Amino acid sequence: MSLTRQSFLRLSGLSFVAACARKLRSAVAPARWGMVVDVAQCLKQPNCTKCIAACNQAHNIPSIPDPRREVRWIWKDSFQHGFGIEDDYAQISAAPLMLLCNHCDNPPCVRVCPTQATWKREDGIVAMDWHRCIGCRYCMAACPYGSRSFNWMDPRPYIRTVNPEFPTRTKGVVEKCNLCSERLVAGQPPACVEACPEKALVFGNLADPHSAIRELLRTRRAVRRKPELGTRPQVFYIV
Amino acid sequence: MRDRAIIWSGLAMFLLFATFPFWHNLSAAVTSKGPNPVLPANARQCVAPVEYMKTSHMTLLLDWREQVVRQGRREFTAFNGQRYNMSLTSTCLEQCHSSGKAQFCDRCHDYAAASVPCWDCHVDFKSTLRSAK
Repeated sequence: MSLTRQSFLRLSGLSFVAACARKLRSAVAPARWGMVVDVAQCLKQPNCTKCIAACNQAHNIPSIPDPRREVRWIWKDSFQHGFGIEDDYAQISAAPLMLLCNHCDNPPCVRVCPTQATWKREDGIVAMDWHRCIGCRYCMAACPYGSRSFNWMDPRPYIRTVNPEFPTRTKGVVEKCNLCSERLVAGQPPACVEACPEKALVFGNLADPHSAIRELLRTRRAVRRKPELGTRPQVFYIV
Repeated sequence: MRDRAIIWSGLAMFLLFATFPFWHNLSAAVTSKGPNPVLPANARQCVAPVEYMKTSHMTLLLDWREQVVRQGRREFTAFNGQRYNMSLTSTCLEQCHSSGKAQFCDRCHDYAAASVPCWDCHVDFKSTLRSAK
């Protein structure tokens, strides 16, 4: 079958329009940000805390020594604590892993907030408006993952180097991971993802079936924290 | 006439108390001329006309807050077409009022006895960075 000049032009025009439409759709369709933690990759450097340091620096998180008053956005705890699985014989139960806000699809913290200081954005990030937080800590009680911290005191004296690009918080407000929404606006990945030397944290658009994060979730076995609660976390762990 | 000392000292004390607002203001260096904010050295135009900023800067800042925090929009187009990043620290302070909030914001707020919580969280290069250990 020979291709006439006319049908060739028509075909190439059509494919150009189709390619544009696809580009446009992915640009217009809201992203659904999520993260994958590759535990085995993370364990290659057991004492590494670079992601925590990068987060602390980017968001002016105070280093308060008292564990009852500490503020944390991303932190390290054992698999057993993170997943609540009592398995005495599995080697993994003692392994440390990175925990952070899950940016749940069905976030219980959002439901209980009396001032709507926390809400789920269109791109799935569970955001906070610290102007509006009255410090009632309902969200802390509602979050089954311990992802939220309360400022029991003025955090400023405990911030080592202040990043002027980001506000500090004040006494009496709750705070948590914002998935670096201020960096996403500038087209940068989250600070923890960028800082990880083993590329154990993979960030991406879960709504895009061709994204690297979806590819990872398709090919590897991933679990989420406490799925039985129906919060649908968007942070996945490859174990 | 034996109470003359008591009467005069009582009168003096009354005068002292009655004129308290005047000499208190004098000692605090508040004059009838009003506050004297330090204007930016190298910027001539604010993000809105001066008259609007004088009366309604709080409304503008609340609107910025709504835009940035809730809508995720960061660019502000001013009345003269100039574009700004909506940021109290990076735009207002860093670009123009580089002498810090103490030289600009506080002058009027102190004068009007208006205490604003903005700087509890937002970073002022001059004062916040010094207080951080």
